[in-house]
Amino acid sequence: MSKGEPLLDVRGLSVDIRQGATALRVVNELSLTVRRGEAVGLVGESGSGKSMTAFAVMNLFPSPLARVAAGQVLLEGRDLAQMAPAELRATRGARVGMVFQDPTSYLDPLMPVGRQIAEPLRAHGRTEGLEARVLELLDLMELPNAARVARQYPHELSGGMRQRILIATALAMQPALLIADEPTTALDVTVQAGILKLLMRLRRELDLGVLLITHDLAVVAETCQRVNVMYAGQVVESNEVGPLFAAPRHPYTQGLLASILSPHSRAHSLFSIPGSVPIAGQWPGGCRFHPRCPIIRAGLCDTSAPALQARGSGADRCHLSGEPMAADAWRRNEATSP
Amino acid sequence: MNAAATPPLLEARDLSRLFPVRSSGGLFRARQMQRAVDRVSLSIRAGEVLALVGESGSGKTTLGRMLLGLTAPSEGVILYKGMDIAAQSGEAARNFRREVQVVFQDTGGSLNPRRTIGQSVALPLTYHRGLERGAASAEVDALLDQVGLPPAHFRHRLPHELSGGQRQRVGIARALASNPALIIADEPVSALDVSVRAQILRLMFDLQRERRLSYLFITHDLGVVRAMADRVMVMHQGRVVESGDADAVLNAPRDAYTQRLLAATPVPDPSRQRNPH
Repeated sequence: MSKGEPLLDVRGLSVDIRQGATALRVVNELSLTVRRGEAVGLVGESGSGKSMTAFAVMNLFPSPLARVAAGQVLLEGRDLAQMAPAELRATRGARVGMVFQDPTSYLDPLMPVGRQIAEPLRAHGRTEGLEARVLELLDLMELPNAARVARQYPHELSGGMRQRILIATALAMQPALLIADEPTTALDVTVQAGILKLLMRLRRELDLGVLLITHDLAVVAETCQRVNVMYAGQVVESNEVGPLFAAPRHPYTQGLLASILSPHSRAHSLFSIPGSVPIAGQWPGGCRFHPRCPIIRAGLCDTSAPALQARGSGADRCHLSGEPMAADAWRRNEATSP
Repeated sequence: MNAAATPPLLEARDLSRLFPVRSSGGLFRARQMQRAVDRVSLSIRAGEVLALVGESGSGKTTLGRMLLGLTAPSEGVILYKGMDIAAQSGEAARNFRREVQVVFQDTGGSLNPRRTIGQSVALPLTYHRGLERGAASAEVDALLDQVGLPPAHFRHRLPHELSGGQRQRVGIARALASNPALIIADEPVSALDVSVRAQILRLMFDLQRERRLSYLFITHDLGVVRAMADRVMVMHQGRVVESGDADAVLNAPRDAYTQRLLAATPVPDPSRQRNPH
């Protein structure tokens, strides 16, 4: 599956948000890679830092108070931090496309969508063949009657169609990497299925690297080859989807998987992780998951922060990983077997 | 539908809601009407959990609002304990409003940000149940305790100090404060993190058992339906396309739309990934 150099190589990335004289660290020493033609999931709950990671990759933060505090982001082998501003702008628009949860707020309500798809082309200095390229992109998005759609305004389109327009805009410059931040969260499930299928087809046909940011492990299972699970600003486990879903190692990953409502879930036996997700600034010392962890070892997990340890095809951040009790931290199998 | 001796708790007969839609034909064209809810009938018995499933635009929220008495039906009747709610006034109308409560997706938005949790939960106690301050205060503690929010720690907090799951617990406590018979829950867990979603469902299930509550669960999530509902109604474009026992419908859906909905729901199993050639 992997071929050569990673397309995106994030090494030890930390992100700070300035708060007066101090700084709040919202992403902590995060590393991940995405290769060409590979879809990589970045999964976490609210406040885990997954969206901040996406902004950091682009070095485009929604607030001037956020900044990359440490680490490197290499795109096609080149360090984005070393680029001059003009070069950075040219690179990020042309080599990386980005789509978000809510297409409506990224589309101009007063401009026909065809012109909006052509905007990145114009911004990067292309003046010829714009119309043909727009129609080609609309076809690629499986939108029937491309010429008509190009003349329509965002409000005339459904949510799913608007998301396709946003994807077309992101892909206009033929980027190598697409970052999709909760691209289907606001959509109905039947529409979501169509968008995910489209993204996976584009990945194959365009040999596109996809970084899919989502809270939904089921979406990752259906679309990605690798997955990184984030908790409280850190990656706590990463692996290929097969082993991660079959034998998750970190208690948080195990709990998150068990929390998914399956066809066998019944109200009286629903599983949930006790407590709630801590917010940035209130992350516990030691292992950040230890207050919610069923197998916490006092004097170890609450005092020393575990490092991300490579194991097999993946890596995890648990002191007790590999010990027998950690394989089924929540005793789910024990409880359900007769 | 079988005709049992006691009437259902809540019943709707041929309920429709029409909204005018702008036609492209100019000022003097006859107004066109769109049926957001199209001749829907349903009944909920005491202690029963009915799920209403559909995607956006299916009419499920409009239907929920009509059942709460917040939106007037264009056609059809709603009977609460056998009595038409449109014809009720005074004591009977107050009883209906007290006994049928609602929990929204975003409880944070329905809590007064400047009122403490204790004050928010106390309001229905004094308003609907006429309790004195002392009695109300004891009842607030009991309710917060029941929804898993230790009162000593939470009653003086403000909504913004709570997490999403904790706010949803407050919403449930406030609904319970009126001592309801039926709770209409509109996407009560959709906005919550996956790891706490089940905590809220479990709480609602336990409360339903203890208090013999009825629920109408409005949701787009088939997992929630399976976990919580006795019966399910699937809505699509204003109509009920399929209804029945929840397990039966989800295990062997007959309607094409229900089948499509089930097939589109992602499952956490990578081996189902359609193989790239």
